[in-house]
Amino acid sequence: MELKTPLYDVHVREKGKIVPFAGYLLPVQYEGVIAEHLAVRKQAGLFDVSHMGEITLKGPGALATLNHLLTNDFTKMPLGKVRYSVMCNDNGGCVDDLLVYKFGEEDFFIVVNASNRHKDFEHMRNNILPDTQIEDISDSIAQVALQGPNSREIMKKVMKEEDIPEKYYTAKRNVDIGGMDCIISYTGYTGEMGYEIYTAKENAEKMWDLLRENGKEFGLIPCGLGARDTLRLEASMPLYGHEMDEEISPLETGLDFGVKMDKEEFIGKEALIRRGEPQICRVGLSIIDRGVLREHQDVYLGEEKIGHTTSGTFSPLLKTSIAMALIDKRYATPNTVLEVDVRGRKLKAKVVEMPFYNRNR
Amino acid sequence: MFKNPEELQYTKTHEWVKEEDGIYTVGLTDYAQDSLGDIVFVNLPQVGDTVAAGESFGDVESVKAVSDVFSPVSGVVAEINEEILDNPALVNEDCYGTWLIKVNEVTGTEELLDAKAYEEVCANEA
Repeated sequence: MELKTPLYDVHVREKGKIVPFAGYLLPVQYEGVIAEHLAVRKQAGLFDVSHMGEITLKGPGALATLNHLLTNDFTKMPLGKVRYSVMCNDNGGCVDDLLVYKFGEEDFFIVVNASNRHKDFEHMRNNILPDTQIEDISDSIAQVALQGPNSREIMKKVMKEEDIPEKYYTAKRNVDIGGMDCIISYTGYTGEMGYEIYTAKENAEKMWDLLRENGKEFGLIPCGLGARDTLRLEASMPLYGHEMDEEISPLETGLDFGVKMDKEEFIGKEALIRRGEPQICRVGLSIIDRGVLREHQDVYLGEEKIGHTTSGTFSPLLKTSIAMALIDKRYATPNTVLEVDVRGRKLKAKVVEMPFYNRNR
Repeated sequence: MFKNPEELQYTKTHEWVKEEDGIYTVGLTDYAQDSLGDIVFVNLPQVGDTVAAGESFGDVESVKAVSDVFSPVSGVVAEINEEILDNPALVNEDCYGTWLIKVNEVTGTEELLDAKAYEEVCANEA
């Protein structure tokens, strides 16, 4: 039995095509994946991401708990910052990847994947250090993502300009947006500039309509899960269950930047040391032959199987098929030509630099 | 909910077929194109290939997914629609005006449905 987000009725009203995803009924698309994808790249798009989980961590032990639970280092994190991290299990595999918002020295807000929410909460609660309070507040919160180059212009119409976070991966809370109390961060999962907004679930529909109305003149359209996936893939952002899971280590999947091995201790550190230098790595693939790469397809060099794809799609912007793959690191050099078993046909693809798309280039 | 032309016949796997002078023209239904979303590639057989009723003769790739296309008839491919190889979005724009292949020398067909029976199939899948 799938749950509905607070915006379910809105998706029906907006004529979204509803599918089950991570235990929720969510729109995979409205107008179409390509149109929605390109709107985010060139103008603006609005996503319901209320399925994401939110967990608060508070108290004198909160910082020590974060440093124990997560691979990143939160010791010198400034107030108002947002930081990406992986949460490892004892074997050095990934429990989840997540964002940590710091609102006070003893006050953190953590955003986790919907499909892992209950697992994460259990794992955190079982490993919490003294003097720390943990709470899963997911069910009381709605989240929308406004993404695209016009996002700032749209937010300026609905809130005080000085309340808009200025820098990438910063956040503000108790911000007034259209009379609603919100958290707003300069973050996103599209590779484009934009904001993620959290508010009480009772506000969800009002927030959606406010942004839709004010976004019209800036080309904003509602976007579904389909575009969310193609956008994050073009930006080479990993997705739990694809580029990482309980077996794959963050070092194997190229998330070293979020793993501080010089930190005194964290769950999974010893296992990561024991596992040694990763023998596989995450690469980008761009197809040479005609076809579309998808997830879970075997990658070959000659007759030798050297890995598999973890995500793949047709890139609406690059107009060709791209994929991410975990392969033997000896063959990870850009321009190496490999073959991917696409439904029984071996199609040529080459290793390319990631991200596939970088808005700053 | 879908406008499926009365003059066509349909398969349970969402292909349409039209017979004229022994030549069977095959395409994808509105339900199929709508379920797939934006179509970006169509892989078709070559002229002269044989196709078998109920078996895959090609596939369509959308941004989201890939789907086999099943032949409503057994026979020989007489013609393929080369236009959609370059512009697969035509299938989304006008699925009943955009055919995939034409088949002749037909020796048998799948169970074919009229528009009304086909709509019931769609209603049960929705």
